Amino acid sequence: MTYMKKPLVKHPDLPKNELGLTRRDYEGLVSTLCAGCGHDSISAAIIEACFELDLPAHRLAKLSGIGCSSKTPTYFLNRSHGFNSVHGRMPSIATGANLANRDLIYLGVSGDGDTASIGLGQFCHAMRRRINMAYIVENNGTYGLTKGQFSATNDKVSKSKKGEANLFEAFDLCTLAIQLGAGFVGRSFSGDKGQLVPLIKAALRYNGFAFLDIISPCVTFNDHDASTKSYGHVRTHNETMGRLDFVPKMQEITAQYDEGETVSVPMHDGSLMRLHKLDDEYDPRDADSALATLRKRYERGQVVTGLLYIDEDEADLHALLNTTQEPLNAVSMDKLCPGNAVLQKINKSFR
Amino acid sequence: MKRSFDFVVKFANVNGSGSASANLLFAKSLFRMGLGVVPKNIFPSNIQGLPTWYEVRVTQTGRAARRDGVDIMVAMNAQTYSQDVAEINPGGFLIYDSSLPRAFSRQDITILGIPIARMCAEVYERPRERQLFKNVVYVGALTALLDMDFSVVKQGVHDRFKGKEHLIRPNVKALEMGRKYAQKHFDCPLPIRVKKGRGDSDRIMITGNEAAALGCLYAGATVCAWYPITPSTSLAEAFEKHAKRLRLDKDDKRQVAVVQAEDELAAIGMVIGSGWNGARAFTSTSGPGISLMAEFIGLAYFAEVPLVLFDVQRGGPSTGMPTRTQQSDITACAYASHGDTKQVLLFPADPKECFELSAEAFDLAERLQTPVIVMSDLDIGMNEWVTKPLEWNDARVHDRGKIMTAEMLDKAQHFGRYWDVDGDGIPYRTLPGTHPTKGAFFTRGSSHDAFAAYTEDGRINAENLDRLTRKFATAAQVVPKPVIRKSGRTSKLGIINFGSTEPAVREAVELLAREGYKLNTMRLRAFPFGKQVSRFAEQHERIFVVEQNRDAQMRSLLMTEAGIPGEKLVPVLNYDGMPLTAEWVRQQIEAVIETDKSVAKAMRLSMRAM
Repeated sequence: MTYMKKPLVKHPDLPKNELGLTRRDYEGLVSTLCAGCGHDSISAAIIEACFELDLPAHRLAKLSGIGCSSKTPTYFLNRSHGFNSVHGRMPSIATGANLANRDLIYLGVSGDGDTASIGLGQFCHAMRRRINMAYIVENNGTYGLTKGQFSATNDKVSKSKKGEANLFEAFDLCTLAIQLGAGFVGRSFSGDKGQLVPLIKAALRYNGFAFLDIISPCVTFNDHDASTKSYGHVRTHNETMGRLDFVPKMQEITAQYDEGETVSVPMHDGSLMRLHKLDDEYDPRDADSALATLRKRYERGQVVTGLLYIDEDEADLHALLNTTQEPLNAVSMDKLCPGNAVLQKINKSFR
Repeated sequence: MKRSFDFVVKFANVNGSGSASANLLFAKSLFRMGLGVVPKNIFPSNIQGLPTWYEVRVTQTGRAARRDGVDIMVAMNAQTYSQDVAEINPGGFLIYDSSLPRAFSRQDITILGIPIARMCAEVYERPRERQLFKNVVYVGALTALLDMDFSVVKQGVHDRFKGKEHLIRPNVKALEMGRKYAQKHFDCPLPIRVKKGRGDSDRIMITGNEAAALGCLYAGATVCAWYPITPSTSLAEAFEKHAKRLRLDKDDKRQVAVVQAEDELAAIGMVIGSGWNGARAFTSTSGPGISLMAEFIGLAYFAEVPLVLFDVQRGGPSTGMPTRTQQSDITACAYASHGDTKQVLLFPADPKECFELSAEAFDLAERLQTPVIVMSDLDIGMNEWVTKPLEWNDARVHDRGKIMTAEMLDKAQHFGRYWDVDGDGIPYRTLPGTHPTKGAFFTRGSSHDAFAAYTEDGRINAENLDRLTRKFATAAQVVPKPVIRKSGRTSKLGIINFGSTEPAVREAVELLAREGYKLNTMRLRAFPFGKQVSRFAEQHERIFVVEQNRDAQMRSLLMTEAGIPGEKLVPVLNYDGMPLTAEWVRQQIEAVIETDKSVAKAMRLSMRAM
């Protein structure tokens, strides 16, 4: 985990967003991951997405578990509070944080070990509870920090660097997510910034559980010819289901697609997601169709990317619990503490 | 004291047969008559079909401890007849269902047969009713046998079935059936009987879990995440029940969030997330849950996140005796989690203190920025206790601890999350979302410096650990002080106890005093120990440490953390899972006083000082 600060040199001509901030204002400390690590590209995409969304960084909280991917929140959004929790337990921390203050944006960053093995239970339950958050898995099929063990997302056909066979089938996290209640499910590739940035923007704006499975090759342990999580494999087997434009509130729609192939999904804050489908066979608003497509393509050895599923009307946990609009951490004590007169009435019920 | 004013009625039932509400009606009616009642539910970890017992000690003086020996046994469970009959004190009474002929071997008790099943079969149509009302019939018989105020009992039925009025009449009918049968066939009242007591009318009868839940409500807790586990379940459920009613905004939306988590790990994770984000949050669990939560408790300790955790202790180890009481999580909680960790513990002794200390726990957790564990147990948590009414001081200000607002951040030159600005070991924290450019930090369980930055510099890590030690020393000054009672001012013999052992210990001290043994007592209310604890140890030669576990866990803690020499501390250990009795405590202490030479010496010293 890094403690090296980046020099605070800003070029005067750096472009600024609506808040008057430059991309540098969304950066973090210097990454200590291996050179070429996919995770660093994802951090860069997060910085770009937040810059383009004009996000006030302090209104976002970044949370993670343990592992290479969980280190990355120190490498972006220095002005955000961060929480590097324990292994596999970030979803519960995010749930609690969200319960306490529904007004912040929650970005969870995890890895395939952190999510698909030790944290599988909490991951599933966070989706089932429809926590309003963006949850990113930086998926490289391997345990990097402990030097290259298989993770539960490593495809069965995918061997280790030393040529050892993987005995077990992989979990497909996107399939799980669609089945378990995530209202926004996408997959992308750390090497495809054009696809990644709009997906992250939409995930951050989505009102409900937004899940992104981002294939992020591990250059040290899992970027060889026999791996299905390598740069080479993903580049040659990537099947994009559609191109996504994220149109912020009040902005003119400029991209033009043929009628009938474009799905427009309005977001709760007035912004719009426009998905240009490349496959006529499936509709991202239909879970069955998305699941069938995922399975069919996986059997063909393809890595399906893009926005895979969206539920336009997902109700988040606060809606389900009927909690007050005011963040619970801001409700004043005089509203929370019923006072002695009420207590004396309660006493009577125990006589 | 006349025996008629201190007797025990025990009900032997089959669980799942509806006996609990009838037995509670009996206990509550006596309570409403102004008598001292000590009800104890001795139940199996099972839903239906296994033996279950309910004991009520009834006293004129308002004793609060359980007592061994049964004066009246209501034996409704054929599976346990012989065991139940054997338990009756000589001269006592057996009430049983005589619908089928039974022979009982004891000649020294009075046997009162009531054909309860036959009576119910004649009156009620449905099989379930025939079963349920059997319990009400024996309560009716007891009202005559004990000369209870029948209007109070009937009122109890009315209150119990408020909103389900159609159930009142059949219940009252069953009461009257039992009462009339007893009046007709037995010499009523029995020599053992009650008189209306003088008891304070403001007393309440409440479980510790319900009172603790109200404490959380009054402390302003807004997030409760929990996982069901006996005996803590009713705490979270009571919180939700009261919060649903008392925490509504003007649009009927809830100013509270209660989440039943997927396991204890998630429950405490959510509580940490909420505490980090500035909400008052808690979870409740029991021993197995503590084991599961240990990793997260360590994170909260090291990252300094406030939270409140209730450990309603049950019999251990492992799954142990889930429906029996113990105080055997003391060391597991005091040092919960790996590495150098120490946790703040509070020890309520009755439901009223469950209310007070749970409210106090939230203030301490935020003031000290650390987990505070309220160590209740099954006896306090799930049994009904008679206590003084709960009180809330409306002038009380909740202590939210050291939190930097945006204005404070603007004025401050530096912000270091773990920077000991005040020298008390307690740093300042910021909440996410406070300020656009200042005060953000990275919370982590990895080693960190005063500015929350990751460090692998061992000296910096050691400095941080030392600051946490300073913080724990501050905690020792602000946690609730022990309650010291002097029986003989100059006595060199003492007792240290805590939690639900209090009624038995207080009664035992009186019994011992009657035999000429005067002991001073100190009831611990918190860990870390304040200076009062060491002072009490210095003032006494021999101190009996009464606790409900095998390994003398509190005694170990007193030796290690208060530096009290082990030879001074005589362990008095009970771990049969039952609420403690005064007689047992008296016997244990007296046996040591009469056999142990060093204790005898301490006794002589006390005498000389007198």
